[in-house]
Amino acid sequence: MVAYALRRLGQSFLVLVAMSLLVFVGVYAIGNPVELLVNPQADAIERARATAALGLDKPLAEQFLVFLRGALHADLGHSFVYNVPAIQLVLQRLPATLELAFCATVLAIALGIPLGLVAGLRPKSLVGRTIMAGSILGFSLPTFWVGLVLIMVFSVELGWLPPNGRGETVLLFGVPVSFLTVDGLKHLAMPALNLALFKLALLIRLTRAGAREALLQDYVRFARAKGLSASRVIGVHVLKNILIPIVTVIGLELGSVIAFAIVTESIFAWPGTGKLLIDSINQLDRPVIVAYLMVIVLIFVVINFAVDVLYSLLDPRVRLGGATAGAH
Amino acid sequence: MNEATRDLVAAAAEAAATGTTAPVGVQSPWRRILADFAESRLALVGLALLVAIALAALTAPWISPQNPYDLSQLDVLDSKLAPGEASMNGTVHWLGTDDQGRDMLSAILYGLRISLGVGVSSVVCALALGLVLGLAAAYFGGWVDAVVMRVVDLQLSFPSILIALILLAVLGQGVGKIVVALVTVQWAYYARTVRSSALVERQKEYIEAAEVLALSRARIVLRHLLPNCLPPLIVVATVQVAHAIALEATLSFLGLGLPITEPSLGLLIANGFQYLLSGKYWISFYPGVALMLTIIAINLVADQLRDVLNPRLSR
Amino acid sequence: MSAPLLEVEGLRMHFFTKAGVVKAVDDASFSLERGRILGLVGESGSGKSMTGYSILGLVDPPGRIVGGHIRFEGRDLVGLSNAQWRGLRGNRIAMIFQDPMMTLNPVLRIDTQMIEAVRAHHAVSRAEARDRSREALAKVGIAAPDERLRAYPHHLSGGMRQRVAIAIALLNRPALVIADEPTTALDVTIQGQILYEMQKLCRESATALIWITHDLSVIAGLADDVCVMYAGRIVESGSVDEVLDRPLHPYTRGLLESVPGRNAPGRPLPQIPGMAPSPLQSLDGCPFRPRCGRATEACRTQPPLQSFGTRRVRCAHPLA
Repeated sequence: MVAYALRRLGQSFLVLVAMSLLVFVGVYAIGNPVELLVNPQADAIERARATAALGLDKPLAEQFLVFLRGALHADLGHSFVYNVPAIQLVLQRLPATLELAFCATVLAIALGIPLGLVAGLRPKSLVGRTIMAGSILGFSLPTFWVGLVLIMVFSVELGWLPPNGRGETVLLFGVPVSFLTVDGLKHLAMPALNLALFKLALLIRLTRAGAREALLQDYVRFARAKGLSASRVIGVHVLKNILIPIVTVIGLELGSVIAFAIVTESIFAWPGTGKLLIDSINQLDRPVIVAYLMVIVLIFVVINFAVDVLYSLLDPRVRLGGATAGAH
Repeated sequence: MNEATRDLVAAAAEAAATGTTAPVGVQSPWRRILADFAESRLALVGLALLVAIALAALTAPWISPQNPYDLSQLDVLDSKLAPGEASMNGTVHWLGTDDQGRDMLSAILYGLRISLGVGVSSVVCALALGLVLGLAAAYFGGWVDAVVMRVVDLQLSFPSILIALILLAVLGQGVGKIVVALVTVQWAYYARTVRSSALVERQKEYIEAAEVLALSRARIVLRHLLPNCLPPLIVVATVQVAHAIALEATLSFLGLGLPITEPSLGLLIANGFQYLLSGKYWISFYPGVALMLTIIAINLVADQLRDVLNPRLSR
Repeated sequence: MSAPLLEVEGLRMHFFTKAGVVKAVDDASFSLERGRILGLVGESGSGKSMTGYSILGLVDPPGRIVGGHIRFEGRDLVGLSNAQWRGLRGNRIAMIFQDPMMTLNPVLRIDTQMIEAVRAHHAVSRAEARDRSREALAKVGIAAPDERLRAYPHHLSGGMRQRVAIAIALLNRPALVIADEPTTALDVTIQGQILYEMQKLCRESATALIWITHDLSVIAGLADDVCVMYAGRIVESGSVDEVLDRPLHPYTRGLLESVPGRNAPGRPLPQIPGMAPSPLQSLDGCPFRPRCGRATEACRTQPPLQSFGTRRVRCAHPLA
């Protein structure tokens, strides 16, 4: 178990280095780094100074090392627009995005797995069919469109929920969170639901497919032949088997939830990193874009690693790397 | 033995391997697929809807009441009319007008055209690219396979919207650049799907038979390997059209997609977003409905195709 | 005379599929006394496994029992409620399946799967259930049972897994065990061991056993009685010695003659010509007619059931 974790850790580290190389190549080697990292309003003298200061006249390999060292010290340049370190901007906004992503994921799991189980166990019933039809909708509709409709219904027509912004925050372990206040929850409701929808639909379909396949397996028949109750057969035997691919998907999709938060944040004016990214792209504030990319890459690598470890905990066949010929 | 005979022998070996008696490429599998497809009424509705939408998009310049991009036809006094209201010159705007006086119905029809066009063309290009790379990876194996699959894995582990956003941030705006971004985001799916099926097929005996008969590599790949990899590819491609359209709409909504000169449905929705809170919902809502119907129709068709072409669920 | 443990009378089990009705079991009748071993022999698609599932009520839709009676310990099992079935399964009637890798849940430990089988029917503590499981494992000849209890199914070899499945079946001391081709997926060397042990265990505890197989040679050494099935019907039944020495049905004779061991070396192996009918075809008359050398016009109608003492055969022209 420990050996497996260490191996995955090593691999994750390699991926991290590879990704930073890609970002570096994209920014420094392909683009004109002077254009990208220096304020577009700067004049020739300033550019020359910046070039020297950024070490852009040195060989590429050396520049990469400088870049890496800077990244390790969390120094990725200054924002043109706000004139503060880019990484600071990103990290400031990160809690809001993570909170949104976390709430959306919890919502998707809490609703998706039970609904998917029901749809899988009674596929031909009215309930089952309605759930599947609903999942097709949730899957097909673009996130921004659903957000629009949500605002139309709940803010404009019914006036129940505020259409944008984040609610009151309180500090939890030094990090501001808004789901602990009523006002915060009111502001969270629509964006979280909006973000959760795609994943919810995905989870419903996955759980249903998994349940349907699991029910055809011999071990279900054997469990029934032992006289076990239906709740045990489904709750223990079936669930543990289908949880494995589901957990993998949840983990892998967690990263995409954070990415799709970009759209949700734009619609609901949620002050997270996504909105920061869009604004930066529009304002050509490239250091912030680079900082955002590096943070996202780090988050992804960490998530992938955690999912792998969790997967091996759930599926005992993976743990020993497959070499498990039994003794007689 | 000439090529034709060799093909026959290989086909016979395949028939023996797969237990069928119909020769490769004959009508009956397609007829069966169509019959199975038609079993679901919902899928047929989806197909009908899709055909209607495609026709509307294709004939937009002829059937729309107004050319929404001909500035001489617009009158700003007609702006923001509610659905069903008449304009200054008496024409009724069934879906209302936007802030510049454009008839929404016409704008939607033109927007559909662009959305569908961009979606389908990006899928076709990505399919071609993914197909070539996937087949190459499966057939040649070795380092070709390793390199292609590493790239595929790396790309697929990142969400498409992020990749597209960054690409567009670097490349700028424009139809061609959007298509490039969409192709970049999609090709990996095709490559992986093709490679999986090709790998499975490659192990089968009829390929060995063809190789032993010294058929040229191109022939083996094109005539024998490729047709059997098509079913899952068709399913993936259909779903991806919907994804491509949705992604393009999202990017346009965020202001990073198509320029204003080629307004897709996403841009129309973005345009109307600011008027949402003041109750003029139709400027965003109806383009959104059109988008939604298109995507749902495609997904309904794709769902049924997936069930029909899935060997594990065959009865 | 005491009633037999199990009495199956006119059992009909059909599958209602889109392609048509499949008569998986078509009027099957047999009985089994306490402590006796019955062999149910037939080729794939003959309906033997489905008969076994019907006795346990494990027939899933689109299949359904459409007629007949299954009397177990005096009770008719057809039409029992779910709760009543659960009380019986794993308790009074147990089943062993063909592929142990698939029947044991791969993500649960062996002890979990055994303890739950005990606690589903007896209100005992986990420790007590664990003890019973350990005893059961020892009884089927598994060394170091504590280690095996903590293991997962993929840690064990095929033969071990099947022994575990047998142990689970015998845990609650059932009156009847139904074994559906339990040795087909195993090495030939293990087959013999398992056969011997099952026979020993059943005799020791007076447990009745129905052994479903396609392999006649297995039945020869194991069973007391045998039923031969073809196309969903029982075509011949009787004690093993009688049926194998003097078969009455042409199909049974064909089966016996095609066993390789009986053939003189150098001579071609006799085969039954033709193929078993597709389960979708409904045939009038005897289903074996197309392949039978003795078929006549009389065979176009359902052949009568003829009894000779304890032997029964469904044939218009039985041998001898």
